[in-house]
Amino acid sequence: MSLSILRPGLLTTVQDLGRHGYQKDGIVVSGAMDATALRVANLLVGNSENTAGLEITLLGPKIRFETDCLIALTGAHLSPALNGQPVGLNRPVRVTAGTVLAFGAPVAGGRAYLAVSGGFALAPVLGSYATYLRAGFGGLHGRALQTGDVIPCTGPTDTGHRLLQQLAADEPAAAWQQARWTPNSELCPRPRPRPVIRALRGPEYEQFSAESQRDFWQQPYTVTTEADRMGYRLQGPVLSRQTNVELLSTAVTFGTVQVPANGQPIVLMADHQTTGGYPRIAQVISADFSALAQVVPGQAIRFQEVTLAEAQALYLAQKRQLHGLRRAVEFKFKTNLS
Amino acid sequence: MAPDNIRLYPLGDAAIVLEFDGRISPATHRAIQAVSTYLGQHPFPGLREYVPAFTTLTVYYDPWVLSENGQQPYERVSEILRRLLPAAQASEATVAAKKVEIPVCYGGAFGPDLAFVAQHTGLSIDEVVAQHSAPDYLVHMIGFAPGFPYLGGMDAQLATPRKAQPRPLVSAGSVGIAGLQTGIYSLPTPGGWQLIGRTPLRIFNPEWKAPSLLQAGQHLRFVPISEAEYQSRQQHES
Repeated sequence: MSLSILRPGLLTTVQDLGRHGYQKDGIVVSGAMDATALRVANLLVGNSENTAGLEITLLGPKIRFETDCLIALTGAHLSPALNGQPVGLNRPVRVTAGTVLAFGAPVAGGRAYLAVSGGFALAPVLGSYATYLRAGFGGLHGRALQTGDVIPCTGPTDTGHRLLQQLAADEPAAAWQQARWTPNSELCPRPRPRPVIRALRGPEYEQFSAESQRDFWQQPYTVTTEADRMGYRLQGPVLSRQTNVELLSTAVTFGTVQVPANGQPIVLMADHQTTGGYPRIAQVISADFSALAQVVPGQAIRFQEVTLAEAQALYLAQKRQLHGLRRAVEFKFKTNLS
Repeated sequence: MAPDNIRLYPLGDAAIVLEFDGRISPATHRAIQAVSTYLGQHPFPGLREYVPAFTTLTVYYDPWVLSENGQQPYERVSEILRRLLPAAQASEATVAAKKVEIPVCYGGAFGPDLAFVAQHTGLSIDEVVAQHSAPDYLVHMIGFAPGFPYLGGMDAQLATPRKAQPRPLVSAGSVGIAGLQTGIYSLPTPGGWQLIGRTPLRIFNPEWKAPSLLQAGQHLRFVPISEAEYQSRQQHES
């Protein structure tokens, strides 16, 4: 039971929801950039939300399934196809041994996720399967996938197994078939070309000039080509501080918008360092991490200010939708799926 | 109520910062260590993790777990922390007990900037080594990279600015100086610190149960060793 990597794509890594509990040791959290997309993919194949899947960046890999699998693709639309035929996003898909998954042109968003029912048979590092590229640990040998890699799978979960049987009953001879239903579209939005990213004022917001504060909320900022899993460098109106006081290093996190001396902000992403010493003008809200993760270099984003109470209400609403999806999937397994 | 010298503020919607006195001091450091230790021993439901730094302790929490009773999670976590702070501050920090000795082979290929530091500070090479290995350093925090210690206690006479052009790759174990700071590179990374020596010890290993050799609150000393000792210690390490 395994997946064979026939072509690795631009950057394909094994990710789960991250390595938590070790930031005090300087160890970054890592994990899926678009964690909601990974959670949805996992729920669709009967996995727990934290099961490791593949994070696929812009130009996708070519993968052969060496055994019958239940899979789901979520996140960016990167023109996925099975044996050359387009396959839908955000739904459970049964693939039989020998089926080949490939990707075409990126249509919307930058990061797609592949979940396989049961997950991969890999060894966790510090409680997580997330690949941390800079330090070279986690995932598969601590690196991005390469041609010839074989990723062992554990085999479908009980729920995944039942769904595989239901899908197979429809067309037993087909190489693959997909379920016709998909979850509530709020959980799997199509990435937008000019996203509005909601954020809170950061701890050092008041140190910036009134003009910089205004520009930050009103002007577009373009994601430059210096954008990776650690963070995105943005380009736009220069943000200037009214003080030269040096800051002491303190914690930074996913979505922290920090401003180095050149006045061009950097928004930190999944592989962010645990501490930093730059002034933090804003903090992106958790509910918009997915939209931020799907932005690609060259795209412009705008920031919109929200309150902490609004941010936490949005966080809880998203969590309730995920619980709703879990219940819906369980319900589908008990009734006739298609 | 929290003591007046601790300010609470949010870092986004899933973390809260406890800011202790605004300056680096042994008292601030001890207070942060005491609260960290207490949280480690008495985690509250919804606590994800905590990150001590020079003057702050950042507490990551799960807003979902803290949303019971319809209360806003931030209000709830603030209330919990305010309630436990007096007991936490009164408790003893436990990590500080063990002093660690870090063997360092100074100069040569391991410390290519030792001569520059000597020249910049007006000291002889032997004096730089003697002064760097004299103090009892305090690990203020771990950050920047896995296992990387921010150390307090270097003699101000050794202060040397960072290199104008950072090296593309610094070997793990390299001991460097940047301004008033000294530290140990935990992983091979790019870096601009002035390198004066290297330790054969591994200070970070993701395979260890406690992956970082050092922890905030610990004390350490640098012990000069010869190149021969370095080689034998390194074989022992690997």
